[in-house]
Amino acid sequence: MASASTPKPTAASRSQLGTYLGLSAVLVGMVLLFTSLSDYFWSQATFVAIANEIPALLVMSIGMTFVLIIAGIDLSVGSVLALSAAATANAILLWQWGAVPASAFGLLVGLVCGAVTGLISVAWRLPSFIVSLGMLEAVRGGAYVMTDSRTQYVGSAISGLAKPWVAGVSAAFFIAIALVVVAQIVLSRTVFGRYVVGIGTNEEAMRLAGINPSPIRVAVFAATGVLAGLAGLMQAARLEAADPNAGSGIELQVIASVVIGGTSLMGGRGSVINTLFGVLIIAVLEAGLAQVGVNEPSKRIITGCVIVAAVIIDTLRQRRTSSH
Amino acid sequence: MTALGPQRTPIFTVEGISKRYASNVLSGVSLRLHPGEVLALTGENGAGKSTMSKIVAGLVQPTEGTMTLAGHMFAPKHRREAEHAGVRMVMQELSLVPTLTVAENLMIDALPNRGRWCANWIDRKVLNAAATQQLARIGIQGISPDCLVSELGIGQQQMVEVARNLKDGTRVLLLDEPTAMLTPRETQHLFSQIERLKVQGVAIIYVSHRLEELRKIADTLAVLRDGVLVKTCPMQQVTEDNIVALMVGHSVEQDMHKPRRPQGPCALQVRALGRARAVKAVSLNLHEGEVLGLAGLVGSGRTELLRLLFGADRADTGELTLCANRKRPAAQTQVLGWRSPQAAIAAGIGLVTEDRKSQGLLLSQSIAVNTSLGALDKLAQHGWLNLVKEKALAAHMVKRLSVRSHSVEQAVGTLSGGNQQKVIFARWLHKNCDVLLLDEPTRGVDVGARADIYAEIEAMTQAQKAVLMVSSDLRELMQMCDRIGVMSNGRLVTILERGQWSEKSLLDAAFSEPEADLPEKTDRD
Repeated sequence: MASASTPKPTAASRSQLGTYLGLSAVLVGMVLLFTSLSDYFWSQATFVAIANEIPALLVMSIGMTFVLIIAGIDLSVGSVLALSAAATANAILLWQWGAVPASAFGLLVGLVCGAVTGLISVAWRLPSFIVSLGMLEAVRGGAYVMTDSRTQYVGSAISGLAKPWVAGVSAAFFIAIALVVVAQIVLSRTVFGRYVVGIGTNEEAMRLAGINPSPIRVAVFAATGVLAGLAGLMQAARLEAADPNAGSGIELQVIASVVIGGTSLMGGRGSVINTLFGVLIIAVLEAGLAQVGVNEPSKRIITGCVIVAAVIIDTLRQRRTSSH
Repeated sequence: MTALGPQRTPIFTVEGISKRYASNVLSGVSLRLHPGEVLALTGENGAGKSTMSKIVAGLVQPTEGTMTLAGHMFAPKHRREAEHAGVRMVMQELSLVPTLTVAENLMIDALPNRGRWCANWIDRKVLNAAATQQLARIGIQGISPDCLVSELGIGQQQMVEVARNLKDGTRVLLLDEPTAMLTPRETQHLFSQIERLKVQGVAIIYVSHRLEELRKIADTLAVLRDGVLVKTCPMQQVTEDNIVALMVGHSVEQDMHKPRRPQGPCALQVRALGRARAVKAVSLNLHEGEVLGLAGLVGSGRTELLRLLFGADRADTGELTLCANRKRPAAQTQVLGWRSPQAAIAAGIGLVTEDRKSQGLLLSQSIAVNTSLGALDKLAQHGWLNLVKEKALAAHMVKRLSVRSHSVEQAVGTLSGGNQQKVIFARWLHKNCDVLLLDEPTRGVDVGARADIYAEIEAMTQAQKAVLMVSSDLRELMQMCDRIGVMSNGRLVTILERGQWSEKSLLDAAFSEPEADLPEKTDRD
């Protein structure tokens, strides 16, 4: 039967633009709010601190955006972060490797972890939620083994990533921003990105159109692993140490950032640029609340409310555009 | 059958009902229904039968027009309101919950409990007794109220669905294609229940396009064509040929008796292909330039066969061979069918799936994305999409198939069923397949779009493509096909040539295999 709806031609792109505007409005509003509440918020120091705080969260969120678009989820990124950092530290401390090969080794460890998650969930058709939950535990255990359950100090070997580069902002920040741009281009302009969105929208339709979804799924998880590994390096560079407890619980923050950016947990819809906004909103909220002097429990309550509110608004907006 | 004089007052009337979506689906339909009368509502697919019954049952609201029930205004806003007034509908798609028992399904809106303090405790004894009584009232035996619905056969499920809607106080009962999934014995049983209801004074609207059935059961005939009521008259006054002419709008003689297309060389040979109990050792030859139809009941294995031919599922037995042709110097044999859909597509096979929403389209994506899907290797350089080329391709296909849309950027989910189907056709047309498998290509497609799709199929045969088409619409098969194969319980029981077939011979073949131990719930069809 004929459908009742006849929306405007560019409904999709218009809704994308709307999301941009909405998210930037929220971000600007938050900055203005905190500026009015605190005398110190509007300063270079605050923004530099935020810029140096977010790279690890941001690169993991890039990977998570792709994972959510294929209607998967990866809970193991925090553990992979710790294991990659530990592997790099081991390579430097025990095997006397140089910073570059040691870092490459750390990224490789991340890649393997992600690929394993992807391969297992594809091979046995398991929900990635369960597989990555198992990986979260197992990989964390691996990180303890590698570090001997102690924080391993690596000194300045890889601290180049965290060194101030321009106006006090570290190289890690610029790398993360560059990755956002690259990832957005991959998502919207390449065949791979098209397949990622297609698989998230309707995997069976993709299969029957002659596209094998399995390698794409594995690639997305592997890429997420590499990015979690990179996040591990960024953190280790800042702390000049590999902490076996690093990044525990961060997966939830990552997922929250991506979802605030309007990426659907049901798959098929998402954008890396919007994820950047999501990360910024979380980071500004954290920094602002701290400056205003809100205590830790209240901070968590407020953050929780903001996450849910953001998703409610996005859902309502989506429903409106799709039911015109 | 009782002759119903005009002096009796109708229980239910429909006055000038219209429904507009993007276009008019119903225009100015008026009907009258007396207690104990069976009104047959018939017409081709897309004529507006389903919309009409959904309006009566309160699932859809009319754009214009009024209804009355027992002299009072009747304008249900939703299904519950209609049911409350005593107007109930047995839907084509079963609305039972498979994981609950028969009794629970029957009493789902009023589960007996143990009183105030234990309101959440279901009283099974009372429940089962009430359910047994309800089943017995319409003469159903042999279904235990304790049985899970998922363990029943499709036919039995249908009977449970009917039983559920025969509560006290039912005044108007709508049956939407109730026999689509029933065996002749079950159909007989249903008919005797309908006779019983007539005696009780229930007015029945019986939606079907099986003409033989209508003759047996209906008192009055109402024929819809393109949303307009073209005729209402007592059943005795019309012949089957009349009805068909009324439904189609012109004499169908020339379509039904057009010559067979010249048969080209063999394109695809299928030998003893089988999978589990769904498809049993099917062998057939598909020739270039012909349309081979596949008829059969829902669940007879037609969809499963197409999936095997496309590599969507793997066969357990048999093989298929793509014959040599201009592009392919040597024949290519695949034991157990294709490894994957990719292999089938690479060999020049395309499949238009039965369920375009769940298996064919990316509903939230644009026409352009859906059209180019599966051909991105040709539209992309080194993994980069060429969006300009993609849009041009989509625009070209939209024009060729006259897809009604604002632009190629429009999300496919917002198109009408017919236009969605055209987008899937577009995907395979520009890939230039040699063999096209069509599964219910015109289901839920309006009349105009249907004509366009038929024209495309015709053009494909002109271009020496081979078409294998599954349809539940016998008339469509008889109109389009050169040969019709009939499947029954997983077996291809016969292949009839143009000129040999009749509606009756096809139906008889469809019912020919006994319904053995086939587990219907696993059937996809």
